[in-house]
Amino acid sequence: MEAGSINESVHGALWTIRELYTYPNEYMYWTVHIVVYPFLTGLVAGAFVLSSMYHVFGKEQLKPVAKFSLVFSLALLIMAPVPLLFHLTQPFRSINIMLTPHFYSAIAAFTLVYLTYMAIVMSEIWFVFRPFIVKNALEKTGLMGLIYKVMTLGSYDVSETALHTDEKIIKVLAAVGIPAAAFLHGYVGFIFGSVKTVPLWKTPLMPFIFLMSAIISGVAICIITYTVGMSLTRKFICGASIRSMAKVLSMFLIIAFMLEGIDIVFHAYTAEEFWGILSELLFQRFAFKMIVIQWVCGMILPMILLFIPNVSILRAFISACLVIIGVFMMRWDVVIGGQSMSRSFAGFLNYKLPILPTSIEAFREGLFAVIILLVAPFVLLFIFNKVLPVFTEVFTEEECKLSEGK
Amino acid sequence: MKLTRRELLKMGLISICGAVIPVSAFEVFKPEALASLIHPFSKKKRWAFVVDTTKCVGCGMCVKACKLENDVPFYADIQRTWVERYVQRKGGEVIIDSPRGARYGFTANDPQGRTDVPEDDISKGFFVPKLCNHCEKPSCVQVCPAGATYKTEDGVVLVDRKWCIGCGYCITNCPYFARFFHPVYNTADKCTFCYHRITKGRKTACVEACAFGVRKIGLLNDPDSEVFNIVKTERVAVLKPEYGNEPHVFYIGLDHIVR
Repeated sequence: MEAGSINESVHGALWTIRELYTYPNEYMYWTVHIVVYPFLTGLVAGAFVLSSMYHVFGKEQLKPVAKFSLVFSLALLIMAPVPLLFHLTQPFRSINIMLTPHFYSAIAAFTLVYLTYMAIVMSEIWFVFRPFIVKNALEKTGLMGLIYKVMTLGSYDVSETALHTDEKIIKVLAAVGIPAAAFLHGYVGFIFGSVKTVPLWKTPLMPFIFLMSAIISGVAICIITYTVGMSLTRKFICGASIRSMAKVLSMFLIIAFMLEGIDIVFHAYTAEEFWGILSELLFQRFAFKMIVIQWVCGMILPMILLFIPNVSILRAFISACLVIIGVFMMRWDVVIGGQSMSRSFAGFLNYKLPILPTSIEAFREGLFAVIILLVAPFVLLFIFNKVLPVFTEVFTEEECKLSEGK
Repeated sequence: MKLTRRELLKMGLISICGAVIPVSAFEVFKPEALASLIHPFSKKKRWAFVVDTTKCVGCGMCVKACKLENDVPFYADIQRTWVERYVQRKGGEVIIDSPRGARYGFTANDPQGRTDVPEDDISKGFFVPKLCNHCEKPSCVQVCPAGATYKTEDGVVLVDRKWCIGCGYCITNCPYFARFFHPVYNTADKCTFCYHRITKGRKTACVEACAFGVRKIGLLNDPDSEVFNIVKTERVAVLKPEYGNEPHVFYIGLDHIVR
């Protein structure tokens, strides 16, 4: 019997358990790193949108998190493609997609989309922090002084007119950044949506589903990090800021819920050839992950919590945690769940995440690699925070009260 | 002659429109499209494959030959070609299996390792050999980000082992799951129609290994080729035509239970 056969040298055999009839070459080829990758890019998009809400739409209550979410989105953005390098069986050849890009492939556009977005985020950060950088370049000496001097890029003009121009540029960059962020993540959705062989992925709604879940996860992670960051440094947590973020979260939560819902309803109603196996996946094999964690805990519960009036900090924090768990589960369900239906529609592939790094392959595709990748953005944020402090403009109790009315 | 701006714009517009009409004619009278009106297949050299499932006995010699010929580790559970067994019971239940890609052949009545299927309970049973379909519109080629997989002039889909980055997008996009990662080279790998043999006038390893004449390789639109004559005159079907890949492995005796 072939089910459960282990063949160490075959890529995929280590973590795939087959059931009933699957094609002989069928293994789980897109694994946990392909779960982490959209999760990280999603956080990037969400964090950036949040910072743009302050810079473009002038939402005063978001001022304390505007700088933070911008720098955080850079930290996430730097880490976003790393899971892909872990995933490739030939990571040292990844440059090939830049040397001979095949533009009919959705992945080939990655470099272009990624670098464009990186340029926007980096330049916006530079403009936002310019007065701070110039001040430190002039005051500090030694290594830090040198770092700040390099970061000024030779521009020391902090006159009123110069700063005014800066502000205008920031506004433009933040505005351009919104569609760019949407494109970055919508494009990730497109990569999945265009795979015609996987019934769960093949829907034109995929880019939008991914985008909405990206925004909710990004806003949620900002609520969590802001609350935790403030508590750790014993600073005042502004309820108005939290409520403002919670409002954004709840709005996008509704859209995300509707999009994901209509996708499933459509599959059930049209009941194409693959509905038999898809319904078994939804209601039996992935029922707990999809229905309980992804939908009930990740969407319905936070929606209820956020729609009860007078959102407290704790309530927003809990909702944000639930949303993060829900979105991560959604990525898992899409990537792993989608592939766990055999292309023969007559069998299943079960995925077992390698835990102990018993071989290079088991480490590369295993739990420890994932933990490293998920922690790395926070480490980067910690380092960035040393150079560009992100929580300098937090509200005092009075400022917070004042902003509530605005 | 003096030209006003208005006149310049007017004349420019007219000349552009005028130029577009003859250019669009090229689209209408595309030589390939016209040729296809005369011949059902273009005159272009195009390799294709025929599998006569009615003759297959499931000995697995083709799978064995393929593995040995093409440097695919014999004991690894990945195949460039494999044979599936379909067993339908009287109650309608369909049992499919392909143990180890059938490289040791089917030797017992044990579909999916089950021993509870008595012979008199089987309403029909047959074997279906499978391999890469060398599609006319291969979705694997479409999605390769580095251009490492490509279709040759004569219709064979190949992978450049030196250029493949191993993202697995092609494997995910193949409706037939004809692709896998080669355990030694760590790049995407698949059936090549034994390109190294057919371009030298020989037959593929699997065709030569088949003692029952199940497998046939040849050129489409070559009047001397058996493949062409079968595809032209007999009722053949292809696997999963709904994906729009236009597969070029034609099957005789395909059943609706075949996946």
